[in-house]
Amino acid sequence: MGHSRFKEKMIHGLFFLNGLVAVIVLVGIFALLVTKSISAFREISLSQFLFSANWNPTATFVAPSYGIWSMIVSTFMVSLGALCIALPLGIGTAAYLSDVASARVREIVKPIVEILAGIPSVVIGFLGIVLVGPVIAKVFHTTNGLNALNGSILLAVMALPTIISLSEDALKSVPKSFEEASLALGATKWQTLVRVKIPAALSGIIAASMLGMGRAIGETMTVLMATGCALEMPKSFLDSVLTMTSTIAIELGEVPYNTTHYYALFAIGLVLFIITFVINMISDIILHRYEKVIK
Amino acid sequence: MNNVKIKVEDFNFHYGKTHVLKKVSMDIVANKVTGIIGPSGCGKSTFLRSINRMNDTILGAKAEGRIILDGRNIYDDDIDVVEVRRKAGMVFQKSNPFPKSIFDNIAYGLRINGVKDKYYIHERVEKSLRDAAIWDEVKGRLNKNAFELSGGQQQRLCIARALAVEPEIVLMDEPASALDPTATLKVEELIQELKKKYTIIIVTHNMQQAARISDFTAFFMMGELVEYDVTSIMFTKPVKKITEDYITGRFG
Repeated sequence: MGHSRFKEKMIHGLFFLNGLVAVIVLVGIFALLVTKSISAFREISLSQFLFSANWNPTATFVAPSYGIWSMIVSTFMVSLGALCIALPLGIGTAAYLSDVASARVREIVKPIVEILAGIPSVVIGFLGIVLVGPVIAKVFHTTNGLNALNGSILLAVMALPTIISLSEDALKSVPKSFEEASLALGATKWQTLVRVKIPAALSGIIAASMLGMGRAIGETMTVLMATGCALEMPKSFLDSVLTMTSTIAIELGEVPYNTTHYYALFAIGLVLFIITFVINMISDIILHRYEKVIK
Repeated sequence: MNNVKIKVEDFNFHYGKTHVLKKVSMDIVANKVTGIIGPSGCGKSTFLRSINRMNDTILGAKAEGRIILDGRNIYDDDIDVVEVRRKAGMVFQKSNPFPKSIFDNIAYGLRINGVKDKYYIHERVEKSLRDAAIWDEVKGRLNKNAFELSGGQQQRLCIARALAVEPEIVLMDEPASALDPTATLKVEELIQELKKKYTIIIVTHNMQQAARISDFTAFFMMGELVEYDVTSIMFTKPVKKITEDYITGRFG
């Protein structure tokens, strides 16, 4: 009796530790980013860091400058562009899967969509260089197709599985009684989908797209390979851009330790962390509210 | 019987391999309340849902025979299902308002039919809510979410929603089974009022309710129409022994 109770306690403790690890890692990363960033902000003013578009940390003849505004703009541009492509496609696919497709088609298509999420980002980036880039160059008559648009297209592909899968779940969880009520009033299937089911599932769909967006913002390898990495303020989607993630990936390997430049890269990481954290939190709140409404 | 609104002829219905309705034939009279009673699983809900072809949405459903509504067999190939459903509105067992405002719930049926005239929509919404005897309770809060209403109010809202598209028939699938006695009474009174304008078919589990509100009663068992007559006769001198047994509560 005493033995089994001890065992019970051990198992309880073990699982508690497992849960604790995730929290400790999160807090640890956040603490690391903050402490390193603080060193950066001893030299750089916060407003200049965020809102100046002049990033030249290795300047030798003039004072180095650390403004990441163009990177923030580039990051949002690429991610929002991705969302604009992925959202209609994703919702369309989700609606098709939940309402139009036969059970057989759904059983085949849904796993395929989910496998799409497992393709390594470097492979997607590779496709960006050899496939999407040349197509963009041809269509828009640019010298090369490595630009914000390319990044957006690739990120859209990467965000699609999340958006499709979660949107389909949201549409599926719309009570059947809504659908029946609508059909019984003489609505067509299409009217029912657009006017009843999608609005009823809207918060789930919004949460899905925000999660997709969160992923797009943090994505590094793909954008690094496909967006051309030109450090300047983008004027259009056909400009090459350098995102926050690309900057960190490119520069962190070569920067001398414990310099302002080094700390500034951590500060970029902190900004990214905060952005994705806020986005995830908002989508979580929306999702919870949505679950409550459905119940 | 005079003034037949719906003529059911040798109607059979299958879900996959289950034969749910067997050779049902009956005439349903206009502007009367026809009650459908029978034990669970006897096919009464299926029968009701056959009249507005709601069973079409179920996989593996197959109908044979004819249901003639205003001279047209609604199971003919060239019939427009949407048209049938507009003619025969439906109220479900569990109230199912849309997660929209009270106003938008009622206006929905009009809007999907392409009505854009705001004045007309307002007029119809008010009229439907009045007809469903709920106007006085909601008139000050038409923009509130329909989920804020009580269960009984939600059900009357659903009735109003069905009335808004001006059907000729109202099909009710145990509309009061989830309501408390007061709310049930209100719905029953409403049904008496509605039959002046509509033909009503109501499935009910509750024998007293059938006796109270229906003019005609049909007794279904195991997919067959066992007996169908004027309610007063059904409840006092049923022809078949089994009908009597069911009505007197010997099984059910």
